[in-house]
Amino acid sequence: MKFKKLLAGTGIALALATGAFAQDKTTVGFVYVGPVGDGGWTYEHDKGRQAVEAHFGDAVETVFVESVPEGPDAERVITQMVLQGADLIFTTSFGYMDATINVAERFPDVKFEHATGYKTADNVAIYNARFYEGRAIQGHIAGQMTESNIVGYIGSYPIPEVIQGINSAFIHAREVNPDVEFRVVWAYTWFDPAKEAEAATVLIEQGADVILQHTDSTAPQAAAQAAGNVVTFGQASDMSEFAPFPRVSSIIDDWAPYYIARTQAVIDGTWESTDTWDGIPEGMVSIGEITEAVPAEVKASAEAMIAAIRAGEYHPFTGPLTRQDGSVWLADGEVASDGDLLGMNFYVEGLTGDIPQ
Amino acid sequence: MMDLSAINPILLLASLMVAATPILLAAIGELVVERAGVLNLGVEGMMITGAVCGFIVTINAGSPLLGFAGAALGGALLALVFGVLTQVLLSNQVATGLALTLFGLGFAALLGQGYIGIKAPVIPKWPVPVLSDIPVIGPILFNHDPVVYLGIAIIASVWAFLGYSRAGLILRAVGENHDAAHALGYHVIRVRLLAIMFGGACAGLGGAYLSLVRVPQWTEGLTAGAGWIALAIVVFASWRPWRLLLGAYLFGGVTVLQLNLQAAGMAIPVAYLSMAPYLATILVLVMMRAGRAPGSLAQSFHASR
Repeated sequence: MKFKKLLAGTGIALALATGAFAQDKTTVGFVYVGPVGDGGWTYEHDKGRQAVEAHFGDAVETVFVESVPEGPDAERVITQMVLQGADLIFTTSFGYMDATINVAERFPDVKFEHATGYKTADNVAIYNARFYEGRAIQGHIAGQMTESNIVGYIGSYPIPEVIQGINSAFIHAREVNPDVEFRVVWAYTWFDPAKEAEAATVLIEQGADVILQHTDSTAPQAAAQAAGNVVTFGQASDMSEFAPFPRVSSIIDDWAPYYIARTQAVIDGTWESTDTWDGIPEGMVSIGEITEAVPAEVKASAEAMIAAIRAGEYHPFTGPLTRQDGSVWLADGEVASDGDLLGMNFYVEGLTGDIPQ
Repeated sequence: MMDLSAINPILLLASLMVAATPILLAAIGELVVERAGVLNLGVEGMMITGAVCGFIVTINAGSPLLGFAGAALGGALLALVFGVLTQVLLSNQVATGLALTLFGLGFAALLGQGYIGIKAPVIPKWPVPVLSDIPVIGPILFNHDPVVYLGIAIIASVWAFLGYSRAGLILRAVGENHDAAHALGYHVIRVRLLAIMFGGACAGLGGAYLSLVRVPQWTEGLTAGAGWIALAIVVFASWRPWRLLLGAYLFGGVTVLQLNLQAAGMAIPVAYLSMAPYLATILVLVMMRAGRAPGSLAQSFHASR
């Protein structure tokens, strides 16, 4: 029975592939850093891809390649996608930046969109979400939930996007709890469940009772659950299977509206190289349900902060803020510029340890 | 700004044994396969198939014990595919092994479709009576889940089997010179098929240890390269069981240690800490006089040649 289904599926796939040559469909490609079933980052991008399929129906065909290593292999995969006839390609990890630019140079008629990077070209747009807005909420809750005053943070790679998250979470944890400390462990991977679980376990053994993660799998959630009294937050996806505890809230990336709008632009011929950086106000970042494990007054103040960010009244990086080395970064009331944030390579005052260079 | 007192050496050593177990299980299986003269590069594929099979059986049967049995069976069956292709149909072992890894990764993702986000039952620890109460040594060595002990037991059995049993001698003969073994009347292909299935079963157990104990959940790509590390450890351990145990513990230990040092704020660049497990394992195992590969490793055998 299953085998028959498999055969039928292959038949359909072949029919689709040959159909693509016959009609003038728009083909949209996606390059993923992890498997679509990671339950986090790639899972949400793939939900965006499915939304594109559902929205355009027969007018658009999507293709994707998952678990593509960041590096030379990415260039091969992207080139292959172009040769298969993709009109628009989303490369969804920081490490695909140079590969995307290189392939784009060779194929000026194909449109490219690179997530979380900073290099653009006439046919390469960039897009990113303001995850640090969500990190502010997490820090706000974490600072009040911790009893040991040690918050563990699993970093992936020391790139600006991750450092923004650490700084944002720390600033808002310190704001509500002057004794809180952050311990950062760099996993040097986006997705390796065993290593992520190990990092979480190590942090818990060293006294952390809140774990924040900037890696893509749900393994740290499971490690926290096994430990019993450790709080976590969903990363990139809701990870609601670990609610109401240990996962007490989450940052959810919603790429679907952006993917649909950009695909529409290619169909209409209005696509231009743009630089999009949206957050909570635009809906690209949303905050998953804050569960009943969080005290009511903490939940209320967290929700007030979400509302203030959504209304544009509050920026998570508002002065006075000092760098780790003691120099002044932002004066009282000053708001960080996007340029500062996109190149962020320093910790704010109070964080310990060095950023690997 | 370093706070080494935050590192608890007892917890560190205990988690070393846990961290090393998946690699150790996969590597000891591959060691037997290679001693029989077969190079199976499909360890990663068999591990992840074992991981998903173990997870599915555990969820449906509610018993982690059955889960591990299912994982071993799943790994062994996948290995049998490799065995039939390379031993009976005489396909190239390197190419077939690589294909097995790719197939295993995709096949596991397919099987695991409905199991993402489901939680597995917790496997209780099995403290060894009396011994686990010894201070310091007790919590390090004798307070683990049963699979950690099983891993060590398999190492010891393989060592005894290869070195001190007639069957082990035949297996080594097949691996060193399959033509001579054949001339003596031993059934080369049968021995190799059994070794390949044992290797698959061990890799499956290692995978299931990840999905049921170490991580514990199912996500695609769960093994994330552990199978390749197991393969490398077999070579660096020069095909000897106890060296393999040392290599796996060293790798697991330095992995856990470097995370601990990072969390404690050690002033060593993280890039060095991250490469430390690989460097330390290779250095130590290479310095201990390198061994010789089995004579017939990766060569196809046919009685007519």
